[in-house]
Amino acid sequence: MIVLVELAKLARRPRSWVAIALLCGLPALVAVFVAVTHVAPPPGQGPALLSAVLSNGSLFPAAALAIVLPIFLPISVAVVAGDAIAGEASSGMLRYLLARPVGRTRLLVAKLVAIITYVLFAVIAVAVTSYIVGIVLFGDKPISLSSGSITSQSVIANSLSGTPLTPADIILRTVGAVAFIAVSMLGVGAIALFLSTLTDSSLAAALGAMAALIASGVLVALNAAAAVSPYLPTEYWLAWLDFFRQPILWRDIERGFAIQALYVVVFLGAAWANFASKDVTS
Amino acid sequence: MIVTAGLTKRFAQVLAVDHVDLHVREGDRYGFLGPNGSGKTTVVRMLLGLVYPTSGTIEVLGAPVPQRVSAVLPQVGALIEAPSAYGHLSGRANLMLIDASGPRAHGGRGNRKRRVDSALDRVGLGAVDDRAVRKYSLGMRQRLGLAAALLRSPRLLVLDEPTNGLDPQGIREIRDLLGELNAAGTTIFLSSHQLSEIEQLCTRVGVVDRGRLVLQDDLAALSGPTGRVRVRTPDAGRAVALLDGRVVHRDEDRLVVADADVALLNKELVAAGLRVSEIGPERRSLEDLVLSVTGSGSDRFGTRPAPATGGFSAVVADGSAPRDADAGRSRQ
Repeated sequence: MIVLVELAKLARRPRSWVAIALLCGLPALVAVFVAVTHVAPPPGQGPALLSAVLSNGSLFPAAALAIVLPIFLPISVAVVAGDAIAGEASSGMLRYLLARPVGRTRLLVAKLVAIITYVLFAVIAVAVTSYIVGIVLFGDKPISLSSGSITSQSVIANSLSGTPLTPADIILRTVGAVAFIAVSMLGVGAIALFLSTLTDSSLAAALGAMAALIASGVLVALNAAAAVSPYLPTEYWLAWLDFFRQPILWRDIERGFAIQALYVVVFLGAAWANFASKDVTS
Repeated sequence: MIVTAGLTKRFAQVLAVDHVDLHVREGDRYGFLGPNGSGKTTVVRMLLGLVYPTSGTIEVLGAPVPQRVSAVLPQVGALIEAPSAYGHLSGRANLMLIDASGPRAHGGRGNRKRRVDSALDRVGLGAVDDRAVRKYSLGMRQRLGLAAALLRSPRLLVLDEPTNGLDPQGIREIRDLLGELNAAGTTIFLSSHQLSEIEQLCTRVGVVDRGRLVLQDDLAALSGPTGRVRVRTPDAGRAVALLDGRVVHRDEDRLVVADADVALLNKELVAAGLRVSEIGPERRSLEDLVLSVTGSGSDRFGTRPAPATGGFSAVVADGSAPRDADAGRSRQ
């Protein structure tokens, strides 16, 4: 099975593990600083949810995801996806794989499955390690009702009902957030995979995907570009915070899923159209 | 085995392959020769479905390519340009990954280790350690590439410069290995710009120049006698006078004489009191043949030095004849 081969290749690359170690390490570093100094960013500033973590460590996975989401996570996804075809081309293995033969469509699908698996694995690794870090450093005291709910203090302070969250609730909502973030990364993955079929340089493909994301981020923040922002890949990236509202606000979450699905379909289609008809001269 | 008709490939403005009609028969050891940049590799890539032809048709093992390439390639082993491998893995791990890619091989997963071991054995890497391929020498990489091509006991081997980077001992080993495989029924398609490699291994040659197939024939038919005799004599001046017009070329004490009968010519010279140090029929070498039908490779930019004249210089048995064109020109 070529999918298993692709997963094995990914797993045997030291780079994959270094990226995941960095993804897990950065939130842990932040947690240590916060735990030692007890200086949390005031609500509404700094990484989302971080101020709430001081009183309840089980919220830290969500805070950790908020820390890695804007840059670290998309970079690692862009690197892995950008390497997918271009890396094989530059190492000279693409021609040998295709001459085995591995069908071009099959290879592309296997690469995509490997990317999805990697993203899921990375996000879950961040969630699990930061849950442990959070419990160890901050404990998991039940949320005190008297001081209002964690969510109302931290995330979106003014807009919420203030209903407390049970530990089971937090875990369930974190799972939802993990799924949403993994899906959010698929758009980047698809863009990088498409660029990876255009060039023989993994670096160029990864940087191209990052450039697309940065451009999207700039436009999302620009009021004058409001007309196009609903169609940009980063527009709903933070919608997973809505999982921590009470009740959950589904509107942006649904839109986020839809826009990522659209990007995956469009760019995967483009990648397939280009790769299947391309002369492999690498 | 391999039949192409009017095979043409155009990359943007460059006509890389121009109406090539290859014909490789089952059991052939086919040498595909040409200068650098003449289109050899593009042809090889088209045979394997990596590059799509602009026009023309390809048939490999009886099936059209690239339409039915997935049915053809499982029976083909290929070494395409340089061998490649994942540098951070061992040679064995690389072969395991290659073997696991693509359609299920004969014997399935259970036999994978055995297939890999036997392929490594065949190319002389049977006892290789677990060092990463990154640390392999060029010769080891070449052997590993061959092992990958042999993994599935192919009916057809398509090899591009398979002895590149090997020492003379290694070249001999690989040549013997290819001979054995061929004797066991494997058809070999060997693409190379090294004449000696082709001359020593192949039974049939195709010569490509600037994208066109300029020659395709059995090697035995091509390298026959030319109907001329080469003579080496210290009395060259008198020989020229004696043979009167039959000497077609003179290079100091070496002559080429238009005469098919060596024995008679020798008798004539000796009877006239001339000393003959060497005499024999002139044979066309593959080198002369190829140089006569091809232009300079596309890696040369600028004027070409004048070629050594005649077929003479390259065929002198003792090899002392001027091979490089500059020496030839200084004598003119």
